[in-house]
Amino acid sequence: MFEVLENDTLAPNVQRLVVRAPRIAKARKPGQFVIVHPEKGGERIPLTIADADPEEGTITLFVQAVGASTLKITGTPPGSPLLDIAGPLGKETDIENWGRVVCVGGGVGTAVLYPQAKALADAGNEVTTIIGGRSAPFIILANELGRFSREVLITTEDGSLGRQGFVTNALQELIDDPQRCPQAIFAVGPVPMMRAICELSRPYGIKTIVSLNPIMIDGTGMCGGCRVKIAGETKFACVDGPEFDGHQVDFDLLMDRLTMYREQEARLVEDLPESLKSKITKVKR
Amino acid sequence: MKKNLSHKEIMAIERVKMPEQDPQQRSRNFQEVNLGLSKQQAMREAQRCLQCKSQPCVDGCPVRVRIPEFLEAIAEDNLPLAAHILLKDNTLPAVCGRVCPQEDQCEVLCVRSAKSGPVAVGHLERYVADWAMQNPDKLLKQDRPEPSGKTVAVVGSGPAGLTMAGELAHMGHQVTVFEALHETGGVLRYGIPEFRLPKNIVDAEVERLERLGVTIECNVIVGKTLTLEDLTRQFDAVFIGNGAGLPMMLNIEGENLKGVFSANEYLTRVNLMGAWRNDLPTPIIQGRRVVVIGGGNTAMDAVRTARRLGAERAIILYRRSEEEMPARVEEIKHAKEEGIEFILLAAPLEILGDDKGWVAGLRCQRMKLGEPDDSGRRRPQPIEGDTFLLEADVVVNAIGTRPNPLLTATAGNLKLSPKGNIATDENCATNIPGVFAGGDIVRGGATVILAMGDGKKAAAAIDNYLRKSS
Ligand SMILES: Cc1cc2nc3c(=O)[nH]c(=O)nc-3n(C[C@H](O)[C@H](O)[C@H](O)COP(=O)(O)OP(=O)(O)OC[C@H]3O[C@@H](n4cnc5c(N)ncnc54)[C@H](O)[C@@H]3O)c2cc1C
Ligand SMILES: Cc1cc2nc3c(=O)[nH]c(=O)nc-3n(C[C@H](O)[C@H](O)[C@H](O)COP(=O)(O)OP(=O)(O)OC[C@H]3O[C@@H](n4cnc5c(N)ncnc54)[C@H](O)[C@@H]3O)c2cc1C
Ligand code: SF4
Ligand code: SF4
Ligand code: FES
Repeated sequence: MFEVLENDTLAPNVQRLVVRAPRIAKARKPGQFVIVHPEKGGERIPLTIADADPEEGTITLFVQAVGASTLKITGTPPGSPLLDIAGPLGKETDIENWGRVVCVGGGVGTAVLYPQAKALADAGNEVTTIIGGRSAPFIILANELGRFSREVLITTEDGSLGRQGFVTNALQELIDDPQRCPQAIFAVGPVPMMRAICELSRPYGIKTIVSLNPIMIDGTGMCGGCRVKIAGETKFACVDGPEFDGHQVDFDLLMDRLTMYREQEARLVEDLPESLKSKITKVKR
Repeated sequence: MKKNLSHKEIMAIERVKMPEQDPQQRSRNFQEVNLGLSKQQAMREAQRCLQCKSQPCVDGCPVRVRIPEFLEAIAEDNLPLAAHILLKDNTLPAVCGRVCPQEDQCEVLCVRSAKSGPVAVGHLERYVADWAMQNPDKLLKQDRPEPSGKTVAVVGSGPAGLTMAGELAHMGHQVTVFEALHETGGVLRYGIPEFRLPKNIVDAEVERLERLGVTIECNVIVGKTLTLEDLTRQFDAVFIGNGAGLPMMLNIEGENLKGVFSANEYLTRVNLMGAWRNDLPTPIIQGRRVVVIGGGNTAMDAVRTARRLGAERAIILYRRSEEEMPARVEEIKHAKEEGIEFILLAAPLEILGDDKGWVAGLRCQRMKLGEPDDSGRRRPQPIEGDTFLLEADVVVNAIGTRPNPLLTATAGNLKLSPKGNIATDENCATNIPGVFAGGDIVRGGATVILAMGDGKKAAAAIDNYLRKSS
């Protein structure tokens, strides 16, 4: 059992959970994730380890409720346990000193990006962060990221915070400015966003790393359900990733496979009481 | 009772037939297919044993169950004694009684095979084990061993690891089992379906080990959560039984279409994650026409599962003939009774999709059998130009598994075979002192009882090692 110690709201339907998991806190590296099995009979849900405190034996998760199982996790109050947490899983972020890097986060992806950005800054990179969201309340972690970023650029679709538009607009601006053009880009967010970033950076030949989120079960390479295509080759995202060279990723396949259980998922949400339904974020993919 | 039977009378008893659920009915539910013997059936079957002095059957059993002795106890209506013998020799008798390929192990060597069929050792093992589970208060006390003060870590709670843990606990060592998944049992839990091995049986066997003092910690992935080095530092010895859980891919066009699964994913969703139950959230795609590629136990389990999930056509596609199928004869027979179709001597060339990215069918190649290969089975060869189309909305790949490198990749100088299996000597010892390994990680995909045999052998070797090093 893994006790939830803190659970607070970061943005509409995004919760920050601090959970006791001493072994994982000790072993974890930036870019890795855990699999949470919240209750007996529940699904196994992959979530990035946003932060960890090895001394306290805790890990931090940022969770967006997008379906019945994530809702179960975000609804766990402090003092209550999550039944099973396994990890850390996946490869750690390949941290190099690139020089100038741009980190792009969209929606809850910003949370996934946070540990990477921090590690990149710690390694001596000059980090510029772009955060995107549909409107002001969805912009998360701006202050936290600001602590180690040279600048934080915010874009919202409705212009309620930062500038109006998409993260790609902000990125284009940086690329066009020789003083700010990055040597590497890290992008995490909805699949269409990651794809757009990769299309934007490709002609410039700027290394672009993305973090993929296919459907997973075990997270240990046992089931093959998380397979993605990288440079024409099938890889298991849970053990070969989750981070890959974005210019090599088959995004069409990823998007398509993410829709595999759409009908069943919709039915599960259908069965929820009305009061809970509103807590679920409809995600674009 | 038995004493009163003449040799002739004994020889006249026919082999018992395992009562089964009706095929029509069972092909639509997940309840157990084999129903178990009645007391009368069990006693009568046990009487068929000739109590051979040389005990050929025992030589066929990797954990050396004292077969004639426990059979005699059944025949004499002394089930507490039968259970006492069986539980001492076999850590997971209720599992073995159901899934052990006894026809290739103990029974094939039974002297009664030639005429009226071997004594049904497997069925009787199940009978006694189930009785023991239902009558815990009637069991004879097992001797509690003196605690040795030694600690052993076991990686993986499959049959190899569980056997290991049980044996060592009996010897007085303090055992901790680390399991990557959230439940114990390995393939017994996530691979073999409920209708062959109900999960409450696995639970009960595991609980018995816990009562013996074995500690089990789930959600620990050795190589990630802890390293092998952590374990060798913290424990006096380590046993690795992490199985062969890495699915082989077909490497053909269309493999990543929606509706194409590895057998591991398909079965894990259904068994471990309970997708067969309406009250649990894990989804699965219920195909109308399901094609399973392969001919082993895994393929049979997947195809029979598909049928139970409602498939109108559930088809085995296998590149050799039925004779070469590695699946147990009983499984093939049961599958056929349940309406499974077999397309033999055919291999997939390509998986075809529709315009929405879902599987629509397979293009297949007809094969013929050529010369025997290394495994002694005749090698399939394509018949040039002879291809055909097969409609399908779910395709399950059950062509086999390889060793999962998650642990071994972080295990430094642990010696591996060229195929990535852990290399061991005849006592299951690896090249690292105090580190032992067995089961599928050493053998490649094998059987429950061979994994258990390794567990038992390694336990003796570890006991020896611990006593020497103290
Ligand atoms: C490596 C990795 C790291 C992730 N990190 C985070 C994170 O830090 N915070 C966060 O909020 N989300 C994260 N996700 C996404 C998160 O796992 C999914 O949102 C979640 O599984 C959805 O489950 P659900 O049952 O609530 O929703 P459902 O209604 O079941 O599904 C909604 C959508 O989520 C996806 N999904 C469903 N089941 C899974 C599954 N088992 N694994 C992956 N995706 C699935 C599908 O695209 C599905 O259509 C991560 C995913 C991966 C693979
Ligand atoms: C579908 C199917 C049907 C089968 N049917 C039969 C049958 O009828 N009869 C028969 O005799 N055999 C059958 N087999 C084969 C048999 O199940 C295996 O040979 C046997 O389970 C191997 O046992 P094991 O203990 O070596 O490994 P497994 O049973 O594979 O157990 C390994 C365990 O280790 C865990 N693990 C893996 N990596 C790590 C890690 N890094 N850290 C911690 N834990 C880890 C796994 O999660 C798993 O629980 C079948 C196999 C399958 C897949
Ligand atoms: S474990 Fe298997 S081989 Fe051994 S006696 Fe039982 S059925 Fe026979
Ligand atoms: S070989 Fe057959 S008859 Fe002889 S002891 Fe074994 S089970 Fe009995
Ligand atoms: S989640 Fe099963 S192999 Fe990646």
